[in-house]
Amino acid sequence: MSGYGGVSADLAAVEGRKHMNMDKVMTVICFILLLIIVVIPIFMIIYNAFFYEGKLEIKLFTEQLTEPNNLAAMWNTLKIAVFTTIFGTIMGVFYAWLLGRSDIPAKGLMRALFNIPYMFPPFLGAMAWDMMFNGRSGYINKLLRELFHLKAMPININSVWGIVFVEVSYYFPFVFMQVVSALERMDPTLEESARIAGARQRQVIWKITLPLVKPAISAGALLILTTSLAHFGVPAILGYAKRIYTLPTRIYEVIYNSGGSFDGIRQGAAISVMLVVVVSLALILQNRILASGSYDIIKGKSMRPTLIKLRGAKIPLLLLAILTLVMIVIVPLVMIVLISFLKAYGLPLKLENFTFAQYQKVFAANGTMASIRNSLFLSISAGIICMFLGTLIAYVVQKIKPRGSGVLEVLSMLPYAIPGTVLSIGVILAWSGRIAGINLYNTIWIILVAYLARYLSFSMKTSSAALLQVHSSLEEAARVCGASHTESLADVTLPLIRPAMVSGFFLIFLPAMREVTTSILLYGPYTRTLGVQIYSLRDAGMIPQAAALATVAIGIIIILNTIVTKITKDKKGV
Amino acid sequence: MGDQIVLNHVTKRFTTKTLGDIVAVDDFNLSVHEGECFSFLGPSGCGKSTTLRMIAGFEDLTEGEIELCGRLVSSSKKNLYVPPEERGLGMVFQAFAVWPHMNVFENVAFPLRIQKVNKTDIVKRVNEALHHTSLTGLEKVFPGDLSGGQQQRIALARAIVTNPKVMLLDEPLSNLDPKLRETMRFEIKALQRKFNFTIIFVTHDQSEAMAISDRMMVCDMGRIMQIDTPENLYNKPCNRFVHNFLGESTFINVVIKDGKVYPKGHTEQALDLRIPDDAADEMVVATRPNEIALTGPSVGGYKTHVEKRIFLTDRTEYLVPVGDQLLKVQTPHRVAFAQGEACSVHLVDPMWYPADDEAADKERARRQLF
Repeated sequence: MSGYGGVSADLAAVEGRKHMNMDKVMTVICFILLLIIVVIPIFMIIYNAFFYEGKLEIKLFTEQLTEPNNLAAMWNTLKIAVFTTIFGTIMGVFYAWLLGRSDIPAKGLMRALFNIPYMFPPFLGAMAWDMMFNGRSGYINKLLRELFHLKAMPININSVWGIVFVEVSYYFPFVFMQVVSALERMDPTLEESARIAGARQRQVIWKITLPLVKPAISAGALLILTTSLAHFGVPAILGYAKRIYTLPTRIYEVIYNSGGSFDGIRQGAAISVMLVVVVSLALILQNRILASGSYDIIKGKSMRPTLIKLRGAKIPLLLLAILTLVMIVIVPLVMIVLISFLKAYGLPLKLENFTFAQYQKVFAANGTMASIRNSLFLSISAGIICMFLGTLIAYVVQKIKPRGSGVLEVLSMLPYAIPGTVLSIGVILAWSGRIAGINLYNTIWIILVAYLARYLSFSMKTSSAALLQVHSSLEEAARVCGASHTESLADVTLPLIRPAMVSGFFLIFLPAMREVTTSILLYGPYTRTLGVQIYSLRDAGMIPQAAALATVAIGIIIILNTIVTKITKDKKGV
Repeated sequence: MGDQIVLNHVTKRFTTKTLGDIVAVDDFNLSVHEGECFSFLGPSGCGKSTTLRMIAGFEDLTEGEIELCGRLVSSSKKNLYVPPEERGLGMVFQAFAVWPHMNVFENVAFPLRIQKVNKTDIVKRVNEALHHTSLTGLEKVFPGDLSGGQQQRIALARAIVTNPKVMLLDEPLSNLDPKLRETMRFEIKALQRKFNFTIIFVTHDQSEAMAISDRMMVCDMGRIMQIDTPENLYNKPCNRFVHNFLGESTFINVVIKDGKVYPKGHTEQALDLRIPDDAADEMVVATRPNEIALTGPSVGGYKTHVEKRIFLTDRTEYLVPVGDQLLKVQTPHRVAFAQGEACSVHLVDPMWYPADDEAADKERARRQLF
């Protein structure tokens, strides 16, 4: 930090020049960092998909585009994403309304419980559902077959619809959380005036409430759509057995089969372009829908909204909500824990078959502790770096507003729309020795670089929102009191947005802890992450061991989450 | 002139986690006549909004019953509760509550569409309502692009389009700037004359209530203090609270000793006042600052001096010691006394109230939190 300028007459002039310099330095740093983290990997994908040894070569791309397996994967990706979005949105809106507007009992508790599916790693959910309803060996499938003397397994989770079901279970909270908060902030007199105008409860819901929360619904639906399009874990775990591929799993398959050769990665890059096109189309479509209506519904005195009396439906609906939670959280959790104690996968779930041996094996294997360490290191460093970098970019975009600040904003948000798998390929292409001889392949740094790109937009968004609320007069007041630009930044602005920065950190730290999609393509022999380790154990057929490590992972997530809620409760986030 | 809105022993109790039991509305009995403009006036937490919401049907009653146009709509005893949409009311809210996803025409047409009025009638009646609220030409505009005053006009148009017998106005003017507030007040009265509906007007602004009402109810801490015409409320307030709430007031705590009235704690000089028959030993004398006469010390009255002189735009205000209390006096500018100058004050027909009630003050403070 620069020294005190003192209160001299030419302070304004001196500091003014310094201030210009510092702004410029910050702007340039932002551009350089975004160039390294975002622009280069994306450029490398496009370049390698269309160019070979410096020459334009469309052949690879057209080959991949017409390859039937890829087309089938694209079709599956679309089908899964669209149906997941539709069902997830309906489910999210329904439960948001139930908990936000009806007189269902134990509302506070239910609100808290409905956040759990959001924290539950979807690929662990997929693992659990596979254990229960695998078309060949699912435990509940076997049970049902015996009970009802069926010839075939009654349910096959290893299908497109199985994937949709599991994704809906863990993605509906995207819509739920958006809509519930919109309902809470909504001025209740908007609904009351419709009642006065003669509308019945049902008419108010359809004609007033739902149209008013439409922007929140669309925002949540968009999140489901893009996440599902880019998601690796669930289709990988449920689809491989039946050779059902989506674009992200297909990319992994192509690269995996080629043994990580440059040719395989180039093919992956070509398929990635297809995936990016699909995601971009989805984003454009959604933007069209979103742009049509966005209005201010937070007005007036804060009053509690009139709750709709469910009367006779109260208990059945409460039971339905509880059953939903049990189905998507408790049952998979119990299943994973039970399997983790089995001597061998496939044995009946009886006490004599239970053992602690799997845990001993998991912790005896040298990869396990390393994977936990790796994940902790990666998520903490990604969280901290993104927190500062995101705030820096947010500050430049919101406060300094240099020429090209729009470009900065777009660049930092870009990875948000780019699937993790695609990002990984870009990072591999960029940092395995092709640029300035920098080779990070098989090191933990390549994963960190990918995480930075993937999560930067999270912290940038929260810091941006907080900075918007810090009126420039606050910093100006500090300047008038004699503080230099640096001092006013350090003593006024940063402390004010600190809570937002902290919540930005956790927004990155928690999902990074259980990440699979990106790291599955980037890990090396010594840089497995927790998610990768679980995935590989399962892939190698050591399902009880995978379940044991999954149990440990869930335990870590629960502990971390408890700590986070404790911390964020003390500090009121912006 | 029949009674259009009747409240019988209406009571509403809440239980809150932080403050325990609150009697938000305590045994309200009142009847509002057809075509009347009736105001609910009181500080926040007095129960006026809760009462309005019970009439509208948004809150149920802990006790009592409500009749609208001769029809029982709420009754705790019979467990009867007619939902808001079947009460045939018009209502305007403080925050306007116009729907941002509908344009002006759609907002106003909404009640008619719900009633399944045919299309040509809808157009005719909406245009008429827009005409009466000076919104003609803005049919296609969305509320987000209009000013606060225009948005409140949309709410008014939407409320009158169904031609309701009763109009509930929940602080409709308090989100508007002062100039606009006055214009809207006249417009509401003009609409009432034209469509002949009964108005219940909720406000905490006493001058607004005075200007608009035929009768008003002043309430405090969930209790009705007084129901009367604006003149009577101002001239004969039934207690110290009402006196203080309407217009400017100034009070002197007095003791009565040997048939004479002294400022509390000072028995050297008596106030020249006629003691009412039912007076206790300690009382409060209340009057309006502009009804106190200020003269030279030779004329009689209570001899004192000017402690502080404040020049206001349309009058001069003096703070004058009476014992150790300061009396507020307002006079036209021509009655000029300098600061520190000796003078006499003359109280003309003041009101007499029982001495201060500390318990009531505490309860009021507790309710402000709620």
